[in-house]
Amino acid sequence: MVSFSQVTKRYPGGFEALKAVSLDIQPGEMVVITGHSGAGKSTLLKLMADIERPNTGTVLVNGQNVGTLRASAIPFLRRNFGLMFQDHKLLYDRSVYQNVMLPLNIIGYGAEDAAKRVRAALDKVGLLGKEKALPVTLSGGEQQRLAIARAIVHRPSILLADEPTANLDAAYAAELGELLRSFHQVGVTVIIATHDEQLAARLQPRRIVLDTGRVVS
Amino acid sequence: MKNWLRQHGLCFAGAIAQLARTPLASLLNIGVIGVALALPLAFYVVLVNVQNLSHDKSPVPQVSLFLALDAQAADTREIESLLKKHSSVAKIRYISRDQALADLKAKSGLADVIGALGGNPLPDGFVIDAKDNSAAALESLRDEFKKWPKVEHVQLDSAWARRLDAALQLGRLIVLVLGALLAFALVAVTFNTIRLQIVTQRDEIEVAKLIGATNPFIRRPFLYYGALLGLAGGLTGWLITLGGLHLLNGRLSGLSDLYGARLRLQHLSMPDTLSLCVFAAALGWLGAWLSASGNLAAFDPQ
Ligand SMILES: Nc1ncnc2c1ncn2[C@@H]1O[C@H](COP(=O)(O)OP(=O)(O)OP(=O)(O)O)[C@@H](O)[C@H]1O
Ligand SMILES: [Mg+2]
Repeated sequence: MVSFSQVTKRYPGGFEALKAVSLDIQPGEMVVITGHSGAGKSTLLKLMADIERPNTGTVLVNGQNVGTLRASAIPFLRRNFGLMFQDHKLLYDRSVYQNVMLPLNIIGYGAEDAAKRVRAALDKVGLLGKEKALPVTLSGGEQQRLAIARAIVHRPSILLADEPTANLDAAYAAELGELLRSFHQVGVTVIIATHDEQLAARLQPRRIVLDTGRVVS
Repeated sequence: MKNWLRQHGLCFAGAIAQLARTPLASLLNIGVIGVALALPLAFYVVLVNVQNLSHDKSPVPQVSLFLALDAQAADTREIESLLKKHSSVAKIRYISRDQALADLKAKSGLADVIGALGGNPLPDGFVIDAKDNSAAALESLRDEFKKWPKVEHVQLDSAWARRLDAALQLGRLIVLVLGALLAFALVAVTFNTIRLQIVTQRDEIEVAKLIGATNPFIRRPFLYYGALLGLAGGLTGWLITLGGLHLLNGRLSGLSDLYGARLRLQHLSMPDTLSLCVFAAALGWLGAWLSASGNLAAFDPQ
């Protein structure tokens, strides 16, 4: 489903965030990518969704070489993914409901279908009572769950979660881990980047460990 | 289809909301566009009015034909019958030299001076209305009449028609140049407005692109906004011109009473008003398109 071969990513300025990375992730797998801060976890996820492009090597998603996609094809690649960003990237001037509606508007769902899906997603993460709230009025854990709802509302086949448990206490983190597992159980490929050892231990996924841009196990 | 309508409805609502979000800035923008459009519009309206005036209300240009002083009554009758047979002549009026002298005495107040002359210095004459009043047709008539026997002088009133023609042509040119310049201004205003909006909505655009929005999808609300801005500006220009005409017509009605003629400037015709709206909206759309296309490229991965 996702495969890297000999991928190197050098950021402007010359810093090599990934060095000759090769890996394969099968459909329906749950994978946790761990490593120290700055190891290149976020970079790895960004390469999958064509947010950054490799300097050498190829990244294949569903057989497509994402490094050579035309600009007009990128949106359609990204719709395969549900994306949870390390910095959330919620829209703070829109309500919870509108935040979750955004992906459906982008893809072009009909009004009724879209409304139904938004409610289902909010129900799944336990935010149905906060539809009208603005994201700033939510706790850190609630914002994290809002980010999940937005990521999965269009039922993507791959969920990319970057530090989903950052800033959460243990109880919230456990709850969130269960939520991620539930997506895995219904067949979604779940790829998580985290340095939260407890999360990795609880989910017992396949692990990929990064160290200064190299896969070490 | 329903879905497609919903997408466009959402964009339209978004554009209206955007206008309402920054009411003062929106009003100022619309005002600037309105004023910019009002200038060529006013010119155009005056032009159309003058053109109409010169077509249906002006005194018909006339040709005056004067015979030689030594022409006999038979010569006069000969010319008269030639004129009556002529296919390009609509109407003729004969003015005998005696009648002309009497008119001159009565109108000019120079009776004494003329009396002192002794004889009658004026010739017999005809005033001719031609069927075709274009300057070229009148000139060819003049050249033809000049060759007739005992015709001393043929005078044309076409000079003013030519001058009016030239003035109208100049007017059209001015409208075109002004229109082009201010159309450019309209495009520039929308371009800048949209650029600012893209800057202030950076985060939103970035997120939308990250989760799979296409460029046309992101561009669409801006295009609606630009078209709406242009349209509102066009209507404002129309209203400004209407106000100007209203003022002017107030003045003109005083003049009309004085001259016993009905002078009233008409506003744009319905088709012209429609074209204005379409044109202004299209220019706003164009400005937005240029701006959005240029400024959205920066969001693609390198
Ligand atoms: N846009 C960028 N420009 C330049 N350097 C960057 C950029 N993004 C990341 N880097 C660098 O690449 C390296 C890897 O970054 P990345 O964000 O992938 O690390 P990470 O493993 O996700 O770290 P963290 O656990 O802190 O999120 C870091 O040293 C970082 O400074
Ligand atoms: Mg990171």
